[in-house]
Amino acid sequence: MIGNFVSTRFNYILGWARKYSLFHYPFITACCGMEYMSTAASHYDWDRFGTGWTRFSPRQSDMLVVCGTISHKLAPVLRTVYDQMTEPKWVMAFGTCTVSGGIYDNYAVVQGIDRIIPVDIYIPGCPPRPETVLDGLIKLQEKIQKQEQAWRWKKRK
Amino acid sequence: MEKKKVIEELKKKFSEKIKEVSVQFGDEILHIERDSLLDIVQFLKDKPYSYSMLLDLTCIDYKGQEPRFEMVYHLFSIPNVQRLRIKVGLSEKDLRIDSLASLWKNANWLEREVFDMFGVDFKGHPELKRIFMYDGFEGYPLRKDFPLRKRQPRIQMRK
Repeated sequence: MIGNFVSTRFNYILGWARKYSLFHYPFITACCGMEYMSTAASHYDWDRFGTGWTRFSPRQSDMLVVCGTISHKLAPVLRTVYDQMTEPKWVMAFGTCTVSGGIYDNYAVVQGIDRIIPVDIYIPGCPPRPETVLDGLIKLQEKIQKQEQAWRWKKRK
Repeated sequence: MEKKKVIEELKKKFSEKIKEVSVQFGDEILHIERDSLLDIVQFLKDKPYSYSMLLDLTCIDYKGQEPRFEMVYHLFSIPNVQRLRIKVGLSEKDLRIDSLASLWKNANWLEREVFDMFGVDFKGHPELKRIFMYDGFEGYPLRKDFPLRKRQPRIQMRK
């Protein structure tokens, strides 16, 4: 009984800590990168919501922000970057091209990055307004808070 | 140098090789035979005509017509400030043409792009291989008969 209580509180505290320190890796390939920059820079400043710093190394980041069109030629690279990230990790699909392929329904473009890697939050828009991105970020934080957190001493089921 | 004079000189020198000269949007278009491409282009590149700049080089697929493919070359003369367009028809069965990579360095990559997208074989090209699409990609995607929904992923898709 007491054990369950401690475990639940610890889970809550871990979720609280993780959702407010989302160090992110920007995987930017196209025009959505401009919107990412304006969201991340001082005017909209998504660090206010606890996104942390931009980490240009997948091994030190918690959130993969995929901005822009992913072609079939680039797909193995994105997969490798995702595999290099350490747990826990989340993926944000930023813009219509990453959500569904967008207007590029052709031979070269992957029809949504969820065909390559699992995605936690989809942000549509071509490109999405910074407000949309912030809304998506808050929704991702709610999701992280409600998640069953994994930690090192936890019993595996 | 008047442009009319250039066309006249060309007609005089390569009379039977030039099929037609037309004008569109103020620029002359030369329709020429395939085997005389290098001679005509070299003649235009030299002084006094000095069409020394290759602006662009591309291909068009007119499916259902004969010849099916058409190569388009855009030349620019810097001292005379003139443009000239050269078109060469290519049939599907014999899809070969001389490479201009020996005359212009930028023709190297432009011709690799045309090879990648249309499958035109350039004779004398130093390194004719795909430039945009990855190794193992089958078919030529900008041809009109390339399947619209055909996908060729490099890695296993999740669903």
